[in-house]
Parts: sequence; structure tokens; C-alpha cells
Amino acid sequence: MFESIKSLDFTPFLISFKLAFITTIILFFLVLPLAWWMSQTKSKFKPFIEALGAMPLVLPPSVLGFYLLVLFSQDSPLGKFLEHFNIELLFSFSGLVVASIIYSFPFMLQPIQSGLESLNKGIIEQSFIAKKSSFTTLFRVALPNIKPSLLTAIIVTFAHTVGEFGVVLMVGGSIPGQTKVASVAIYEMVEVMDYKAAHIYSLLMLIISFLVLLSVYIFKTKR
Amino acid sequence: MIKVDIKRDNLEFKLDIKLGEFLAIVGQSGSGKTTLLRVIAGLEEARGVIEVDGKYWLMNNQSLKVQNRSIGFLMQDYALFNNMRVIENVTFVNSDLELAKRVLSFVDMWEYKDRYPHNLSGGQKQRVALARAIISKPKLLLLDEPLSALDLQMRIKLQNYILKLHKEFNLTTIMVSHDLGEVYKMANRVVTLNSGKISKVEDIKYDTNSLKAKLIDKSINKNSYELTLDINGIVSKILVQKSIFNKYKLGDLIDLNWSIK
Repeated sequence: MFESIKSLDFTPFLISFKLAFITTIILFFLVLPLAWWMSQTKSKFKPFIEALGAMPLVLPPSVLGFYLLVLFSQDSPLGKFLEHFNIELLFSFSGLVVASIIYSFPFMLQPIQSGLESLNKGIIEQSFIAKKSSFTTLFRVALPNIKPSLLTAIIVTFAHTVGEFGVVLMVGGSIPGQTKVASVAIYEMVEVMDYKAAHIYSLLMLIISFLVLLSVYIFKTKR
Repeated sequence: MIKVDIKRDNLEFKLDIKLGEFLAIVGQSGSGKTTLLRVIAGLEEARGVIEVDGKYWLMNNQSLKVQNRSIGFLMQDYALFNNMRVIENVTFVNSDLELAKRVLSFVDMWEYKDRYPHNLSGGQKQRVALARAIISKPKLLLLDEPLSALDLQMRIKLQNYILKLHKEFNLTTIMVSHDLGEVYKMANRVVTLNSGKISKVEDIKYDTNSLKAKLIDKSINKNSYELTLDINGIVSKILVQKSIFNKYKLGDLIDLNWSIK
């Protein structure tokens, strides 16, 4: 057993976690101003943005993967534009990051937005009355009062990105050492009937996922 | 001088307020009292003019942002920053530590300066909120039913703090209240709002120490009485401690002095 664990290549795991880490950081800072605006605005466009932001929740990953494949291809306007800068998103790690940002977007947006919306409006107004800017209010008053929502957003986004399969396979393919993530590796192991390796990989994913969720709920209970 | 002449849906308000005045706004729920305060603070939109001490806060559609008005706003639910200690709640508004100490000592909260809001009682929270509202030395202090969530003793205590601060810091104050006893004790002038319009403006010239109220009805509520009083033709309900008011019968004249001591 230990021999088989030792002989396993854990690079796909590392790629999965690297992808999740980068995606989570970028998404956090990308989503923060949007979530803040959404929680404050009375704009009639809000439902449209909310619906658009929630799309990855309901779309089959293959549909999202297909459109990203079309969007990233060198024949598309975006692909042609990026070619000038020698950037290729299709079947590359950068492409996986962009795809993951889109795929995991609602998992970061929704907890932060609902956390900000559930805040007592009075404390935001008191900060404005104290002559503080939106920026100061967000970082000094709003965010410190929604720590559980922030933690949920970060952990769930991370875990969701580690667990992606369909979009990653379609956009990134399965290039060893570059775009072959853990979930894709398991799929390929099953395909070649290497059940022992698939078991080890799957069990590891199971344990990690459970520990991540457990830590979230323990933190929430403590508060 | 403060000039307010504003219009918006269901609210039309025109009044000149002298600097240093303590103005009370009364009226039934939904009469626009809170909206009026929020418009003056810049938290709600309206058309018209708000001029404070020569500076326009609102001029037709040109509205000064909340941040650029000079406001202290005491809300009913305290709205303290739960992530900050008592002292930080106050110094977040004005970093002058000496002044923070003076203001917190004024409301007897200096000894609680290192506590977080969740470790304070309702009355203590409202005292911190009061200190926070005045530490910026605002041109206008707005009080939105600030004492309605507190018990009688704490209300009386806080009424006295507010009056002391109003005088000490030479504030101009607008208070919304349901409690006429409170209004007559604290304000120089009372404005009654009815469906968003001023229906009555009354100067309080008489000495509140000798103000009498006729007891119309009383009902028992645990350890307190709910008294229905007729004060100068205005009917108001007040909660009072049972022990003090056992002796009064319906029709008796009650000295309103009780709420001042």
C-alpha cells in the first residue's frame, strides 16, 4: 500500500491546489467591490447582474466549458487580441485560472454579498456620518463584521475550484504537469482501470474536502 | 440659523431653526419624522433647501454628501461598530484622545472604554452612541427616538445626559420622540407632523417643573403602569414605575416634575 502511495505522482494535486489558491485570491479582490456595490445599490440593473453572476451555478460545466473553448480559441476576437501579447489561454494554466474564476464566481460573490446585505445598515451610515469614505467603511467597518461570510466565501471557492472537472477538462485538456488536475487524473485512472491509484486519489480528495468543510463549521460554531 | 425647506414623497417640511435650539418632532408612526431626520443627514434624497449656518447642504438637486455634512446621529438601535472597543467606536469619528476621554467621562462610560459593545447593556450602548455622535462637535445633533428601547430609569438618566451635552457642547438638536413627557422636558419647541406635513408648531415657554398632566387611563403592565395623560390637550401614553403611581386615580392632575428628577 505504502509502496503504491510512494510511487504515485502527486503533481495533479499540486496543480489543483495551486489553481485553487490563485483563483481564490484573484476572485476575492475582484468580487469585493462588486459585492459592496451590490449591497449598497438600488439600481434596476442589480437583478441582471445577480442573474449573470449566478449562471455558473446552473449551467452544465460542459456548456460553460464549450463557450470558454470558443472564446479562448485563436480564431475568436479575444484569442486574436491576446495573441499580440503572446498569451494563449487554451490548454494552458492561465486559461484554467480564467475559467476557474468564471466557474467559481458565484461561490465567492454570494456569501460576501449576503453578508454585507445582512449587516445593520445603521453601522454603515454611522461610518459615513463619521466622514469616512466607502473604502474605509468597507475595510474598517463592514468586512470585520462579516468574518464568517468571508471565511465561507474563501473556503467554498477554494474547495469548489479543487473539485472542478468538466470545465477544466474542456478548457485545459489534460497536459501532465500543466493542466492535469487531480479530478482529471482520477477520471483517467478509472479509464485505464487503475482502481488502486484512483482509490488513493479519491480518498485523499474526500478527506481534504471533509476537513475543509469541518473547519468552516467549527469556526462558525465558535462564533 | 438653520433653514429647512424640503419636499419629497409624503413629506413637506419648512422651518427655521435657531442655533442652539432643542427642537422636538412628534407625530404618529408613518408621519415622516424619521425620514425628515434622514433627509437632513443626507441619508435620503429630497428636493429643496437645507442651509446650515450659511452653508448649503441641499440646494435644489445639489446635495452635499453625508460625509461633508456636520452631523451627529443617535439611532434607536445604537448602531455601534461591534468590531471595535468602546474607545475605538468614539475615536473612529475623532482621533482626539483627550476629547474622547472627556466625552466618555461625561456619559460615565470611560471606565468601560476597553469593552466591546456585546458586553454592554442597552443603556450603556446608547451612552457610547451618544458620545460617538457628539465627539465630532456636529453642527446638528439628530436623535431618532433614542431612548425608546430603554427602561424608564435609564431613559431619565439618558435624558439628563443629552440635556447636559446639548448645553455643554452648545449643540443644535433635533429629536424625534413618541414620549411627550420627554419632549416637554427637553425641547424648546415642538413640531407636530401629520402625514408628512407640519400641523402644529408650539414653543415650550412654561416651566416644566410646574407642568400638570391629567390622568385619563392607566393599565398595569408587570412592574409598571401605562398611563394615558392629557398634557395641554395632547394625549400621550407613558410607561412609569408602579410604586410611584399607585396613589393616582383617573382624573387626577399629575405633576410632570417626576420625569425630571
